[in-house]
Amino acid sequence: MNEPTPVHTTPSNKMIVTMGLVASICGVLIVAAYESTQDAIANNKRIMVERAVFKVLPGAAKVSEYVATPSGIQALTGNVPDGGVKFYAAYDQAGVLKGIAAEAAGKGYADMVRVLYGYDTQCQCIIGIGVVSMRETPGIGDKIITDKEFLKNFDALDVRVNAEMSALANAVKVVKHGTKQNAWEIDAIAGATVTTKAVGRGINESAQKLLPLLVPHVAELKP
Amino acid sequence: MSLKKEPDEGITFDTFMEGVWRQNPVFVMVLGMCPTLAVTVSAVNAVSMGVATLFVLVSSCLLVSLIRNLVPKEVRIATYIVIIATFVTLVDYIIQAVSLSLYEALGAFIQLIVVNCIILGRAEAHASKNPPLKAVINAMGMGIGFTIGLLALGATREILGAGKLFGFSLFGEHFQPWVVMVLPPGGFFVLGGWLLLFSFMRSRSEKGAAHE
Repeated sequence: MNEPTPVHTTPSNKMIVTMGLVASICGVLIVAAYESTQDAIANNKRIMVERAVFKVLPGAAKVSEYVATPSGIQALTGNVPDGGVKFYAAYDQAGVLKGIAAEAAGKGYADMVRVLYGYDTQCQCIIGIGVVSMRETPGIGDKIITDKEFLKNFDALDVRVNAEMSALANAVKVVKHGTKQNAWEIDAIAGATVTTKAVGRGINESAQKLLPLLVPHVAELKP
Repeated sequence: MSLKKEPDEGITFDTFMEGVWRQNPVFVMVLGMCPTLAVTVSAVNAVSMGVATLFVLVSSCLLVSLIRNLVPKEVRIATYIVIIATFVTLVDYIIQAVSLSLYEALGAFIQLIVVNCIILGRAEAHASKNPPLKAVINAMGMGIGFTIGLLALGATREILGAGKLFGFSLFGEHFQPWVVMVLPPGGFFVLGGWLLLFSFMRSRSEKGAAHE
């Protein structure tokens, strides 16, 4: 009558065994790949950080990672704690502190623009920036890497901390092209305002957070 | 190569050439368009993506073909996805170990190889029904065809959009790059151009065959 036509079905235990077997083979493969590439990946990451830091702090030869928290600064081990800001301390061959590098990020035209800036502890100013990652329009937004006039803004960008050590004495500001008057202002690139503003805002945000925590403890930095 | 040694398995030159020419994934089947359009801003990126896909394609087709008689048909797609995902993870680690800047340039598209329909399509349509050697040769053809497709797009876009090829400047200082070609719309323009060329050549050869 209404008997359903018998369909050939595989017993579930066979399915489970097969999938278990395949999953185990795959697991072994992944672990093997992870174990064998881990060192090379860690090494690559270190080289990448060093290269970026050396670019914004000329003359540096050694980099260590630190974290600044409201209770002081310490070498970074593991993850960055809540309220902490990660930064890199760069030293020259002789072990003299060359400067601090930290990351800044601002929302650009397409995506976050992430830059690394170099901070000189003597003049309390930013002495160079390098782009870590961005997806800005080629030919427009990427002028922040190539435009010499724009990069001059970062020869000595004033980021002094105020007397109470609570914030920057003067917030870093992006101003319209050709109207820069103070050392803490960034002259925007005409035609790439969104990207320049992203860089300015990112640096301001990062410096406001990091420098008040860092400046009172700079003397503690040793290679 | 081994093509002549095992004629019993039905491996012909076409097993390999199918993916390179007749069924080229980019120009004929128009598959895997997501990475094709997204990562082909330079020839280096295009070739790296092609090679990564080739590796995943060949390894997963080999494994799928080896276990083709063990896998119950009810769970075959799940099994293939696990296998493909494994090799994508491998590729992910390997690219990170080789070059982090390449890894950042390719971005999420390495992980997205998992859902590349060329690979699942090959596993389901070919590797699950054929012996390992034949599956591998066919997968190689497909992968090389895909790489050629990506390279064709990547090289065109890099030459027009940046005036370079594999990072070397071609036209000197005064070349004004056609920037739109390295932007997303340029991907569509160049792909359209190549597809036009291919269908023109196909219709010519079909006409030629009809006349004979």
